[in-house]
Amino acid sequence: MSDAQGAGDVILAVEGVTLSFGGVRALNEVSFDVREHEVRSIIGPNGAGKSSMLNVINGVYHPQQGTIRLRMDGALREFHDMDPHEVALSGIARTFQNLALFKGMSVLDNIMTGRNLRMHTNLLLQALRIGPAAREEIEHREAVELIIDFLEIQAYRKTPVGRLPYGLQKRVDLGRALAMEPSVLLLDEPMAGMNVEEKQDMCRFILDVNDQMGTTIVLIEHDMGVVMDISDRVVVLDYGRKIGDGTPEEVRGNQAVIDAYLGVSH
Amino acid sequence: MKQHIGIVSVGVLLLAGLVAPLATGAGTPGFYTEVLLGGLMAGVLYSLVALGIVLIFKASGVFNFAQGAMVLFAALSVARMAEAMPLWAAALLGMGIMVLVAIVIERLVLRPLVNQDGVVLLMATLGVSYFMDGFGQTVWGSDIYSIELGIAKEPVMILEGVFQGGILINKDDVAAALVAALLVALLALFFQKTSTGRALRAVADDHQAAQSIGIPLNRIWVIVWSVAGVVALVAGMVWGAKLGVQFSISQVALKALPVVILGGFTSVPGAIIGGLIIGVGEKMAEVFLAPVLVKTFDLAGGGIENWFAYVLALLFLLVRPQGLFGEKLIDRV
Repeated sequence: MSDAQGAGDVILAVEGVTLSFGGVRALNEVSFDVREHEVRSIIGPNGAGKSSMLNVINGVYHPQQGTIRLRMDGALREFHDMDPHEVALSGIARTFQNLALFKGMSVLDNIMTGRNLRMHTNLLLQALRIGPAAREEIEHREAVELIIDFLEIQAYRKTPVGRLPYGLQKRVDLGRALAMEPSVLLLDEPMAGMNVEEKQDMCRFILDVNDQMGTTIVLIEHDMGVVMDISDRVVVLDYGRKIGDGTPEEVRGNQAVIDAYLGVSH
Repeated sequence: MKQHIGIVSVGVLLLAGLVAPLATGAGTPGFYTEVLLGGLMAGVLYSLVALGIVLIFKASGVFNFAQGAMVLFAALSVARMAEAMPLWAAALLGMGIMVLVAIVIERLVLRPLVNQDGVVLLMATLGVSYFMDGFGQTVWGSDIYSIELGIAKEPVMILEGVFQGGILINKDDVAAALVAALLVALLALFFQKTSTGRALRAVADDHQAAQSIGIPLNRIWVIVWSVAGVVALVAGMVWGAKLGVQFSISQVALKALPVVILGGFTSVPGAIIGGLIIGVGEKMAEVFLAPVLVKTFDLAGGGIENWFAYVLALLFLLVRPQGLFGEKLIDRV
């Protein structure tokens, strides 16, 4: 396996993960690792287990076998049966394939919820916006404004998210995840249902996040062109098994991958 | 467009009902104002119960049938504890008890039933409702108890210069209205300005997304049921001070159902305004509409207060199922 450019130590390790729903094996002894600062993609045909993999990392599903380990305070630590909110606490953020935004709330409030974990002042002070609570609110608001600028959605700050067009909603989803300042960002088909321009914008944002903020990115994507362009390394899943792992060039030349995507003549 | 015609006609009907007694001279302005105020007072109580229901529905999607029982339980607790200690201490202790109730409900009812159908959860709260009705009496007894807020009961005459004969109002009614207003203002601050409030709104919109950004669902449920419990306590104390703490509180609190249908299941202002509309509406109907009905159709009369709210709610279900301020649900097909 070749070293990805500029990638550091392993930050997230998936080891022998098996996940079954009744008799269906969604994931079968899947192992791979993610290194710091890289863009790591998970691809595969429909039903390959990509989203299941993401949901395992995110704590939505607990695998029957295998472990997930995450670098925390300098050491890889196994996390065992963690709930999604505990996973979030340990520094993993995610976006959703089918938008899961807080539709009734404004863009600003949506992204502010991403800072919730970091707000610690007393309820009463917050309600009255006095003293340390006011300072804290301003401090987090500044961080959120930076994200809003970064995603170029300044004009929609106060708009309820439900009223924004799809492409912009996707950006808000990304913004909310960024507000958590995660060490690993899981993106579940961020380009799904977008037109070419929107896809290009989203690609640019993802690469900028990776570059400027140094965030490690795990990306699930259908669009092969996009994946090959922006990924450092790619994992290929098919029927819940890993069939390929390597740089985009390596994966592109892998016969098993070609068969899975194009079909084999029997 | 058809929607608008429906809602406008119901609105016109309500307004017509409001001004008709004055226009036809069925009551003197003074008497009319008294009825109006009486209706508003009853409405405040309905609003307080409805508020608890809306809070829980917003955050967990559960229609809490037990809100009325929680009101009764809280009122009973405060009334009985106040026999042994000052009222403020009893109220504080009562709040503690309601938080405890919230924790127990989350642990024993909500957590095991998470992800079940709305109907299952509704049935569960129905069970909780009957349990709390009974359990409250087991613990605290089933007589009629009183809560003394320390406000003079005798009515005061006001506006004698404006209306002939003036208007009689109760000081404790005014106090109740003030308390309700204060509570709503506090809740608004809590929901809009605090990070916990933001988390509550987030959970209300999307459970999964809220968890993914580190909001613990279980703790949020405990918080929201606790807040609803405290709202129930305030409603119970106000109600108990006015009418005495007795089993019927739990039944009358069912009027909150038409209130939330009217105001919308997800709207705090809707709960308040819906409560006031129902309160005023049924008093007006009882006092002014009933005699007309009796005269025209030769009926026995009476009892309008019992069904008026529900008929109004039915009307609303026909023309505006999401209520006055509720979110319109559009499912993408």
